[in-house]
Amino acid sequence: MTAPLLKLDNVSAAYGAAEVLFDLSFDIAPGEIVALMGRNGMGKTTTIRTICRMLGSTHGHITFDGHELTSMSAHKAAQLGLGLVPEGRRCFAPLTVAENLTVASRPGPWDLAAVTTLFPRLRERLGQSAGSLSGGEQQMLAIGRALMTNPRLLLLDEATEGLAPVVRQEIWAAIGELADTAALSILIVDKSLRELRALAHRAVILEKGRKAWEGPIDALTDDISARHLGV
Amino acid sequence: MIPERWLNLGVLTLLAAVPLVASLAGQPFTVTLATKIAIFALAATGLNIALGLGGLVSFGHAAFFGVGGYACGILASHARNYEPLSTWPWDIEGTTQMLTIWPIAVLLGGLAALVIGALSLRTSGIFFIMITLAFAQMLYYFAISWPTYGGEDGLPFYLRGDFPGLNTMDPIQFFGICFALLLAALFTFHRLHRARFGLSLEAARQNPERLRSLGIRPFHVRLLAFVISGMITALAGALYADLNRFVSPAMLSWHLSGELIVLIVLGGVGRLCGPVVGAAAYFLLEHWAGAASEYWQFWFGLLLLGVVLFARGGIVGALAKDHTHD
Repeated sequence: MTAPLLKLDNVSAAYGAAEVLFDLSFDIAPGEIVALMGRNGMGKTTTIRTICRMLGSTHGHITFDGHELTSMSAHKAAQLGLGLVPEGRRCFAPLTVAENLTVASRPGPWDLAAVTTLFPRLRERLGQSAGSLSGGEQQMLAIGRALMTNPRLLLLDEATEGLAPVVRQEIWAAIGELADTAALSILIVDKSLRELRALAHRAVILEKGRKAWEGPIDALTDDISARHLGV
Repeated sequence: MIPERWLNLGVLTLLAAVPLVASLAGQPFTVTLATKIAIFALAATGLNIALGLGGLVSFGHAAFFGVGGYACGILASHARNYEPLSTWPWDIEGTTQMLTIWPIAVLLGGLAALVIGALSLRTSGIFFIMITLAFAQMLYYFAISWPTYGGEDGLPFYLRGDFPGLNTMDPIQFFGICFALLLAALFTFHRLHRARFGLSLEAARQNPERLRSLGIRPFHVRLLAFVISGMITALAGALYADLNRFVSPAMLSWHLSGELIVLIVLGGVGRLCGPVVGAAAYFLLEHWAGAASEYWQFWFGLLLLGVVLFARGGIVGALAKDHTHD
């Protein structure tokens, strides 16, 4: 059995005095796609922020490829190979698409040509400021920007939220292509159960900051979905 | 509206041509005025890296200007007096060679910026402004209470430094040196702006947390920008000391820090030639309006108010149609 790329071991986290994650444990193997699911406010984004060290954990251990992340700063964790696509996209609005992509690029297979092949729309907008892009294009840019750091684990936080159905399909197709060809490990937070079922290998469901269910995506029955996700 | 690159070319051509014509017409004062504009444009270009690219409102850049000025003044005065700067642990002599003075001024300015930046960049907003101001004021009061080098009265050194093959006492030749260094600083600014470093600096201003998540520590990027900025401003300080053949604590005062910010705001924050246009507008207004009225700063204040309210990109932004990122 291969060693996990990412391992959370009894991780708790808090915003000030308000504890929001409780003894969370799960892991992601190399090349595995894990869906992190749950209703709103259950701790999905907090989990992502804690893994990326943008929020300190109060208890437990996070290891990435054998490195202890718990006491590491966010930029060092990112340098190890964590690529974050944040909720709300957060592109650098005044910079052009090309500048957004190159600002944090690191050597590896993902370069400007590879990203614009994955998202041809970005190729047409390279000289345009990120602030003037549509929501879907900004989302493509956010994914492209994370890929340019040549990560080993891509963390996608609500990558299709608030987008038009046709654009969502484009984003899902790109993520599917990443999963098929790039052999990346992916931790994905999204509400689209149908697409997650088609893409992910396993699912972790959070409820009130605790792990409520974990298993292969095929084992996620309608009954479990109804109980924990309300769908 | 004209393309910004053409405006920049026109501004720099004008700044080069006017003193040349004035020199041929036998008007050394105009050459000296243009030299002052070039030197302050150089100092403000340094600040423009921190302020314009990084959004770091340093109210203490006079510290670096003064450090450069005093480095020049102290080395030159020791050379003229034939007294070594120190005899232990090493013999260190003064020098009048600009090519020796400049690197020393730049290194000392960079060192000062490293220390001030390492402490002040841990804060932001009003606290950053106040800490940079406090450091500059510390150096200001230190210079006032340093009798060895003139204290409050300053330090005259009578002759400009030497530059191989040039007569630096000739106003137009000294202008040529200052203008060449200004061009080099503008080229550096342009390259930094377009490089990954400049993009990181701008990204750090936009969203430091996002930059951190991409593997770049905003503090390091800002500190490097602050040090480069301090080095360029220190070089300008050394030239200004040479221009006047005099250094005084006034070069370290908060008025000067404020003046550098005003030059950038007036010309255009983050614009390549913003500091040049700002310096030209400021000193020409001082020259012409100052001759007409001792209250010229009132009119200048109105101009600055107009620029801040109606031309956020400064004079360059109002005249040029290109945005900084186009």
